[in-house]
Amino acid sequence: MSYSVSDPSRRTKWIAGIAVTLYAVITILPLLWIIATGFKSPADSIAYPPKIFFEPTLEGYVNLFTTRTRVNPEEMAALPEAQTWYEQIVRDQGQIIAGPSRYGERFLNSVIIGFGSTFLCMILGTAAAYAFSRFRVPLKEDLLFFILSTRMMPPIAVAIPIFLMFRNLGLNDTHLGMILLYTAVNLSLSVWLLKGFIDEIPIEYEEAALIDGYTRFQAFIKVVLPQAATGIASTAIFCLIFAWNEYAFAVLLTSGTAQTAPPFIPTIIGVGGKDWPAVAAGASIFLIPVMVFTILLRKHLLRGITFGAVRK
Amino acid sequence: MAQSPITRAAQATPEPLARRIRGLSDRAIAWIFIAPSIFLLLAVNIFPLIWTIRLSFTDYRVNRPNRDIEWVGLQNYRRILTDSDIWQTMQATAHFLIWTIVLQVLIGFALAWLINSKFRSSNFWTTIIVLPMMLSPAVVGNFWTFLYQPQIGLFNHAIAFVTGADPASFSMIGDVALAPWAIVIADTWMWTPFVMLICLAGLRSIPESIYEAAECDRASKWRQFWTLTVPMVLPFLMLAVLFRGIENFKMFDLVVQLTGGGPGNTTELTSINLKREAFEKWRTGYASAYAVILFVTVFGLASIYVKALNRVKDR
Repeated sequence: MSYSVSDPSRRTKWIAGIAVTLYAVITILPLLWIIATGFKSPADSIAYPPKIFFEPTLEGYVNLFTTRTRVNPEEMAALPEAQTWYEQIVRDQGQIIAGPSRYGERFLNSVIIGFGSTFLCMILGTAAAYAFSRFRVPLKEDLLFFILSTRMMPPIAVAIPIFLMFRNLGLNDTHLGMILLYTAVNLSLSVWLLKGFIDEIPIEYEEAALIDGYTRFQAFIKVVLPQAATGIASTAIFCLIFAWNEYAFAVLLTSGTAQTAPPFIPTIIGVGGKDWPAVAAGASIFLIPVMVFTILLRKHLLRGITFGAVRK
Repeated sequence: MAQSPITRAAQATPEPLARRIRGLSDRAIAWIFIAPSIFLLLAVNIFPLIWTIRLSFTDYRVNRPNRDIEWVGLQNYRRILTDSDIWQTMQATAHFLIWTIVLQVLIGFALAWLINSKFRSSNFWTTIIVLPMMLSPAVVGNFWTFLYQPQIGLFNHAIAFVTGADPASFSMIGDVALAPWAIVIADTWMWTPFVMLICLAGLRSIPESIYEAAECDRASKWRQFWTLTVPMVLPFLMLAVLFRGIENFKMFDLVVQLTGGGPGNTTELTSINLKREAFEKWRTGYASAYAVILFVTVFGLASIYVKALNRVKDR
């Protein structure tokens, strides 16, 4: 290893390592607590003092996906044997399954709206980013700033007229309405990020393709898109995560058919009081995919969250 | 060299026609590529904004569509700017903004500086630290209410463990004095990694040679830190503050789930207050004026700040 003046001493490294590790452990604790609470029984979840070691159960997950009613012990005894393991878990709580809960639907809505808006956003964003990157567009800087500025608006501030507009167009509480809305919300991100990625592709590749007789459009499809694949993929994941996490518009503009998971999860309640294991189970299923994506994206993370302002 | 009939035909074709055959002009492609995005943003952002401005001069109420709409001029604006409740809200927002930014900058910079010493497994721990930032603020905020429970909450027990206080003796989100700090802590937990990542990029952008030169000049480590490291990272830090400032000025999801603005209105940030006016009291005209004021504020502050940022960058 070459000697470097700014390379810290071994002792400094040790201290830094311990301090950062300590912070990381503290910061990860709430997340581990969510995951752990999902596997606790309701009694364990509200134990005093909080239980670190407990007997894991799938009660929270079963409760998350079902609605239940309480029955008397006599009625319970009269019932036939439980058919499935999850029915057994519910019966052990002195309850029977009344039907499926809404969580499945809400999660599916999140998937549909998340992927739908990401797909649309990538089509619009890639095209616009390519044009901004390669062509002389009048008022280019102003248009780009306009696109960015749409991100500065507080969602609640535009929610009033969007609410009215959607009501007039029949888009309130529909998948299509939410997909269009999230596409618009994420468009600034996708245009800015993708422009950065496309700027990095040498223009000579396209020029070579044009000389070979490709049209501009063919060159875009066959030369630029494959080159930008990594950038497009990471931008898409960012759009997906932001659409996935969005709450303000979802809570104001959806209530039934198109409601996504974030406004739904906090409303989960059990039979008699808040069912924290079920909430934690719902949160875990919802959050863990994002954690995985974050780890996959770690190289592009900085670029994504700063709209491409900081690269490296 | 003999020319094929096709080549001859191609040469004979007039230029505009040939171009149409070859494909669209660059200019046409540029517009076809950009127009849909601009159109969508106009429809979903600018059109509603103009509508909001129009509504802000009326006494329209969404829940009474059949009532005649009256133009009230600047009355909505006058009422908002003289309303003491709104100033209370602004104060809560200012408290939240200032403290989250101060804490996130201090902790974020310190972490970045420590990570930059490149100790073993620093990459692994950086990835762990970054996790909270990408999660859904509403879902996480909802779970923080559980962590903040007086008797059973993990947070209260952690504080009790460190200070020796009784974990049941204080309630972070139920106490008027503590609730503003409850939201600051949760937001700091969530967003410190953001500042950290940007600072880290700043630190890594400083060329080694500068430190070597400073070392030759026998500048102390302390001096190197203040005269080299800090000024070089400053533009990055300011960018991080800009992002956090805008985001936290708009803050809604995390706090609405954590405290819902309570207790009383101690944590009622502007977005939550606005939501209450618009979607609970249904004072649409009034809320529209409120929205316009917020938007002008955030836009104005951001523009001034960006000018300052550019000046620092150019230096």
